[in-house]
Amino acid sequence: MYLYEIRDILDAEVIAGMSRMDREVDFAFGADLMSDVLAFVNERTVLLTGLTNPQVIRTAEMMDIAAIIYVRGKRPDTASLELAEENGMTIMCTPYTLYTTSGILYNAGLKGIDELGVVT
Amino acid sequence: MSSRDMVILSYRVNPEDFAKAGDASSNTKKVLKKLGIPSDITRRVAIVTYEAEINITIHSNGGEIIVSIDKAKIEIIARDYGPGIPDIDRAMEKGYSTASDHVREMGFGAGMGLPNMKRCSDEFQIESQKGKGTTVTSTIYIHD
Repeated sequence: MYLYEIRDILDAEVIAGMSRMDREVDFAFGADLMSDVLAFVNERTVLLTGLTNPQVIRTAEMMDIAAIIYVRGKRPDTASLELAEENGMTIMCTPYTLYTTSGILYNAGLKGIDELGVVT
Repeated sequence: MSSRDMVILSYRVNPEDFAKAGDASSNTKKVLKKLGIPSDITRRVAIVTYEAEINITIHSNGGEIIVSIDKAKIEIIARDYGPGIPDIDRAMEKGYSTASDHVREMGFGAGMGLPNMKRCSDEFQIESQKGKGTTVTSTIYIHD
């Protein structure tokens, strides 16, 4: 699924990496626990989270995550945004909660990483 | 890189400096990319160094991370100056954590760090001495 499609179905506002919306992702992973992101995520994954500190961006950088979607109206702090721009990431904010955001994306065909068989 | 070349990166990691936690891993990752190391290997190294950096930041009195890169492998040594891990077997269990609520609020302290470092390593060693410190050594081989 393309990032611009995700933006549209989530009524999301893009606050970083606007020029790179033509990238494609295959999976989504929702978590406020970065330890789990580090343990389970693969590439071409979009991260859904409500946690707004810079360690979220650092974690995403390590995992080659191209885009982060902040849920339930959360917005990352300035340090996070600068770090995201520096790493060429796309950042979006959606008003929907984590559960609803996940449901919308799943319904539209974006799968969870369970289907890679990595979660044990 | 010719067979004799070796690149060594060395970083100091300060206790409780969460603003800087990740800088060493970020820099390491950029260097590996520049050296043309395959992306799956680079990601594994990034996970090991980042988990180590977070661990040193959360739990220790400070420490260092040394990354040695040669043609065949990447070795990561994460060393801190205490307080040491009383029970390494427990620390290696998935889900076991001694992290504070403050650390958990930042999204860490799930007890996945050491097991995840081991998962990403081809060889993994951990040594700890109470009062002295902990040294984690991870080796990741570079395939062609």
